[in-house]
Amino acid sequence: MRLELMYESFFKIVEGIPLTLQVVSISTILGIFLAVAVALMRISGNRLMSLPAYYFVYLIRGTPLLLQLYFVYYGLSQFEAIRESILWPILKEPYWCGIITLTISTGAYSSEIIRGGILSVSKNYIEASGALGLSQIKTFMLITLPITVRQALPAYGNELILMVKASSLISIVTLMEITGIARTIISKTYAPVEIFLVAGSIYLVINFIIVMFVNLAERRLGIEKAT
Amino acid sequence: MFDVFALGPTGWGDEMLMGAVMTVLVSSSSLLLGITLGIVFAACKLSNFFILRAIAEVYTTIIRGIPELLVIYLLFFGGSSAVMYLAKIFGYMGYIELNAFTIGTIAVGAISGAYSTEVIRGAVNSVPKGQFEVGKTLGLSGYSLYGKIIFPQVARIALPGIGNVWQITLKDTALISVTGLVEIMRQSRIAAGSTHEPFIFYTAAIILYLLITRLSNIFFDSAEKKYSKGYVSKEAL
Repeated sequence: MRLELMYESFFKIVEGIPLTLQVVSISTILGIFLAVAVALMRISGNRLMSLPAYYFVYLIRGTPLLLQLYFVYYGLSQFEAIRESILWPILKEPYWCGIITLTISTGAYSSEIIRGGILSVSKNYIEASGALGLSQIKTFMLITLPITVRQALPAYGNELILMVKASSLISIVTLMEITGIARTIISKTYAPVEIFLVAGSIYLVINFIIVMFVNLAERRLGIEKAT
Repeated sequence: MFDVFALGPTGWGDEMLMGAVMTVLVSSSSLLLGITLGIVFAACKLSNFFILRAIAEVYTTIIRGIPELLVIYLLFFGGSSAVMYLAKIFGYMGYIELNAFTIGTIAVGAISGAYSTEVIRGAVNSVPKGQFEVGKTLGLSGYSLYGKIIFPQVARIALPGIGNVWQITLKDTALISVTGLVEIMRQSRIAAGSTHEPFIFYTAAIILYLLITRLSNIFFDSAEKKYSKGYVSKEAL
């Protein structure tokens, strides 16, 4: 073990934390909107809405994230139409390609979590709400949504951790977040074990903090842990 | 447009198919390693020894909390020297280099091992306690209890979970492409680079992955049906 190297590289790798957190939080927030839209499409009962949503989720869950990233970053830029469109300033940046890919991915996975949450809301509540004269939108906001959040939160906590882990892939398209910096140091110093321990611990701490927040939120919402 | 997928030396069709074969091979060997690790660490988690439980807990926590890519880098850059270090203890001084397939199998196997551990532990826990007690009352122990009574039941319950682990493992093997193993991901990168047609080749790669997923779903569904013969399905209850 080269402790001094570990100490030095710790301060270098720490510099990648802001980028990791930034990419994860932007894609997570955008991903929630996508996920709610896809989940609502899937349970809409209208085949024109539910089928595309089903195939979208199937496509994203059935293919590796790295392939999706390559597809967005390299695949789309092949077309002149895209290179000349107004989207090009966004699509030529690895940063935005990373965010787009992660948003789409978490959107697909979370839509399943949200769909499960919505389906778990008992029909009696919806009927009772209708009997009380609440509009559909009010029923959704006041009844369905709060129950869905409670149901979905534990699974969504796992999804957040998967997102932190998935964000490491953007290092492959040259972004210097935690894994990118770690890889650079490994190939310079050839000390894989030491750098792995440093970078790995940083990820574990980030994920541990996420778990703590999710647990706190679960307690606040009065969710009982299934043991 | 489809000329690029011609078989033989003029197109990339056969290369892409070979890549798919490689993906299936490396995924299967990783899954096998993963299930083996899963059985060992699930046994650790269920054991009465604190140290074994702690080791298994550390293993699953690390793997589930750290990006797969970091684990692959650790083995890619450190795997060969670790093996040489071990070989030195046994008196072998030569140079050993692990090939990309071995490194990939160990890395992805270690990852899928952590998920399998949880699946198998859950399955063992869901075998009714009475089964263990009856087995012990009949004087069975060791292999005759675990191998003949408990394992077949565990296998049945764990099968859907293992199907999910297979799905994760299959997708994780795409990450091995960074070590140079020519599977679907790597092959489509090479082809995309040399033909300047990334869109077509990444689309082909997507189709290949979905095809493998579809076929393995069929396989796991039929295996589930086969092993749940004689059991009442949950829907029927």
